[in-house]
This record gives sequence, C-alpha cells and structure tokens, in this order.
Amino acid sequence: MSVEVSLRHNFGRFALDVAFRIERPCVTALFGPSGAGKTSVVNAIAGLFRPDAGRIVIDGRVVLDTQAGIFVPARARRAGYVFQDSRLFPHMSVEDNLRFGWRRAPVPTGENEVARVIGMLGISHLLERKPASLSGGEKGRVALGRALLSSPDILLLDEPLAALDAARRAEILPYLQRLRDETKLPMFYVSHAVDEVARLADRIVVLREGQSVAEGSVFDLLTRIEDGTGIEPVGAVLDAEIAAHRAADGLSVLAFDGGSLIVSEVGRAVGGRLRVRIRAEDIMLAREEPRAISANNVLPAAVSGVRLGAGGQADVQLACGATRLVARITQASLTRLALAPGVPVFAIIKSVTVDSSS
Amino acid sequence: MTDLLTPAESQALLLSLRVSAVAVFAALPFAVAAALLLARSRFPGKVLVDGLIHVPLVLPPVAIGFLLLEALGTRAGLGAWLYQSFGIRFVFSWTGAALASGLITFPFQVRAIRLALEAVDPGLGAAAQTLGAGWFDRLVNLTLPLAFPGIVAGVITAFAASLGEFGAIITFVSNIPGETRTLPLAIYTALQTPGGEVQAARLSLMSIALALIFMTLAEFAQRRARR
Repeated sequence: MSVEVSLRHNFGRFALDVAFRIERPCVTALFGPSGAGKTSVVNAIAGLFRPDAGRIVIDGRVVLDTQAGIFVPARARRAGYVFQDSRLFPHMSVEDNLRFGWRRAPVPTGENEVARVIGMLGISHLLERKPASLSGGEKGRVALGRALLSSPDILLLDEPLAALDAARRAEILPYLQRLRDETKLPMFYVSHAVDEVARLADRIVVLREGQSVAEGSVFDLLTRIEDGTGIEPVGAVLDAEIAAHRAADGLSVLAFDGGSLIVSEVGRAVGGRLRVRIRAEDIMLAREEPRAISANNVLPAAVSGVRLGAGGQADVQLACGATRLVARITQASLTRLALAPGVPVFAIIKSVTVDSSS
Repeated sequence: MTDLLTPAESQALLLSLRVSAVAVFAALPFAVAAALLLARSRFPGKVLVDGLIHVPLVLPPVAIGFLLLEALGTRAGLGAWLYQSFGIRFVFSWTGAALASGLITFPFQVRAIRLALEAVDPGLGAAAQTLGAGWFDRLVNLTLPLAFPGIVAGVITAFAASLGEFGAIITFVSNIPGETRTLPLAIYTALQTPGGEVQAARLSLMSIALALIFMTLAEFAQRRARR
C-alpha cells in the first residue's frame, strides 16, 4: 500500500509544486500555515481539483496522470473525505447521511460494517436526527462515519477540528486516534496545529507557499532544529512500550529506545504501545546528575545541536539513545552551562503527556 | 359554490384554474432544465439564452399571442403539420390558452428555481461526489430535494401570474365560453356587455381573492426556501 503524489499548478498568486510518497498505510499530516496549498493537495487527491500537471497513484492505481491523460473523477476515486465544515446533507437524517456512500460503494460491506462504524464513533443515539440539530463535535463524527462507510481506499481529513472549540476538539481526537489504530487506511490529515500533528500523525509533509519544504517521520521532523523545516520543534514525540505498572505508587514505567519514563498509571496492559509527547519547555538541563529532586524523569543524554531563537531563547537538541529530544532554555543558561555539541547532560523532564494509544 | 357563483362564473373560474395548472406543470420540467443550465453551467452565449428565456416578461402578451397564431394556426406551417399528422390543434382550444400562459409565465418559474438552485451549497455536491454519486444521482437525491421549496415557490408564483393572462390568450385562441374564456376574458366580455359592470366587479373580486391566496402561498414557500 503506497501513495504517490506529485502536483504542479499555477494559481496566479502562487504556484503549487508538491511531491511526496507514502510507502505504507499511516497518518500523514499535511502541515503548514493557511494558504500553503494543503487543501488543494487533498482536493487533488480526492479528484475535486484538477491540477495543470501531476500524477497520483493510490495503491498501484493511477487516478491522475496528466501526461497520459488519466483523470479518474471524484465519484470513482474512492477517497473518503472529511471536510472542515462537515458538509452533511441537511435534508437527510444522520442515518441517511451515514448510508449515502455506503449504498454507493462498489463492493457492498453489509450491515455489520454500519453497526461497527456507528459503535466506534458513538453516534447510535443520533441516527434519527437532522444535521442542523447536531453539535459541531457530533457533526464531525457523523462526517467521519459517512466517509468511512463509503469503503474508501484512502481517507482525507481537511482540518476536521479547526472549526471546533477545545472541548469539542477533545471530544473528537480520541475517535481519530482509534481510527488510526483500528483501520489500515492511509490517512492524510490537513492541519496547522503542531499538537494535533504530534498526537495523530506518523509522517509529516510540511507545505509552505505551495511547496513541500520538508518531509519525514513525526519523531524525526518535530525534533529537528535546523531552520527551514517550517515547523517549530517540540520536546519529543515517542512511541513507548508499557514496561511495568507500579500500582502502589500509582505510576507506570514506559520504555523507549533510549531509556524509560515514569508516568501516572496508564489504564492499559503491560506490553501495549503508547505515544508520548513532551513539550520543549518542559525539559530542563543539568550538567551534573541532580540528586534529591522531585522530578521522576532524569535522562542522561548528549547535546547534538543548538539553535538560538528569538527572545533570548535557545533550542538544545539532545541524543538520548536513539531518541532525539529538544529542550528550550534561555541563552543565558546555554552560556552558563557551556552547552555545545558533544557535551553530556541530564534532561530533567517536568511533564509528560501520554496519549491513550499510538 | 353553486349558490355563490353563476354557472358562467364558475365555468370561467374552473377553466382558469385548469389552464393555469396545465400551463405551469407542463412548463415545469423545461423550467428546471433551463434553471439548471443557467445556474450550474458556463457556456458561450449564456447571456443570450438568459435573455431569451426572459423575453416573455417584457414582450407585449398580444405580440406573443400573434406569434403563436402565426406559428401554430392550422394554416401555418408547424400548426398545420401538428394538426394533419397528430390531430393536435392549439387554436380555439383551452390547450392553446395553457400553452400561451405557460410561455408567458416561464420566466417566473425559471427565476425562482434558479435562485433556489444557486442557494444549494456546491460543497455538498463535492461531498456527494467523493461518496460515489454521479451527476444524475446528485441532481435527484441532493440538488432537487434541497431546491424543492424554491421550486414550489416558482410554481405557485407562475400559477398566480398565469391566472391573469389575457392578451396572449385572446389573440391566440380567441374568447370562446367554456373553452378559452378564462377569468380575465370573462371580465373583458362583461365590460363589453351593456350593464355588465356588476358582473365585471364580481369577477374582478374573484381574481383578487385568487391572487391573494396564491401569493400568500408563494410567500410561505419562499420563506421555507430561505430556511
């Protein structure tokens, strides 16, 4: 299962010139500021936008090849699309909306699939309602279910959370995570929010003014400190394994490639994998191993790079085994501790965010 | 009704309703097609087509009646062919009155339906495409149901306007009691008769009542369309 996308289009005010390739089913974030051309890319994948030149291959099926004159229309692309504004059909009930694509799927999937998706999204109590009476979060879930039930080959999500407030966002995110874990669909997720990307994505394609400027795994790209990636680094994004529970202390131990982390007890069995996020602001650095310190997590690491930032800040990139961390400290501290590539340090991690699954 | 209206009055009323109903519903499919063409597609000469559809709004109805007579009279080319080949005759027949009314009220229908179609969010059509719906599928299951209140408003407005048609009918199909003498023609006939003013006033009141009823209905439909 691979997805290959290359597009060129002249919009007049800016030119789109994007190329990337996804080798296995995963969540690829199309990241960039508004106006970067993210939506144009997903529209082109969906067949809603026909670029001047380009080639799109989904799982070996050429759906666009301008040189060969191939353009598979949107209705035959089998790309499930969750729009930012949900675009539920206002004259139909939630159930008819859900079944719209399901009824038109080239290979019928049966009632079980309808029940499974309704159950997964927790929308069984909404089936009789009209879209106008749904909350933003409910609309988003129904739109997601409608796209999934059309049995797509690929799922496109155009900022499905952007129009929602923080509470509604928190309501949908777990469903998106579950979707990522339970389906083997390649997903393209348009976003301009780093925290969403760090939470959901496996890979990131960074777009800026119509160009793809950087591409890589979420673990790699979000801890790069070079200029020009178009994305602010975070402290760390890790896939960790639950190594042990310390029920007496109410803690769990997570192992990752480079050490282990102690976090509040997670409600999952030992051996399960979790995504862990750390903010760069939540990592302190020490030249000597701190003793008698309240922080549970102190990781030995080595400085691998330094970038000076605005406002007297500095990003210090660390190698902790095979894992990369970024600590955001002041330039004053940087000088005081004489931090430079190769210097051994201890990373004191003040706070860890554990997402329910990865 | 029989107590309230004279036989001649109820004859004119029923004929008016029948002529208008047939006129509007026979024109409806063409009006939907024309509205779709104007609302959803771009083609060279669109301005011309738009203008042509709206010509009946500004042309004197008598002129339309005259043109119809020229084209569809039993001695005219098209009319003679229709009559000899199929026995279809429009002149001196209520169907001719319906044809004239349908033609004149066509722009009302097209305009209302076009506005309703343009109000349908094209994003919904894009969503339906990604869900596997083709052009006709989207038209039947999405566009027309969403535009339905606007279509109803167009039908009612055209119907009400059709009830008042005079010039084209009297020119094209003449003024035959029970066949082509609709309410406006009956009013005209009463006025031509000495002492017919009371009759004309009664018929005029009937017309006013009908117009009020249907314009109110159209307003309701418009409000629903806007919601």
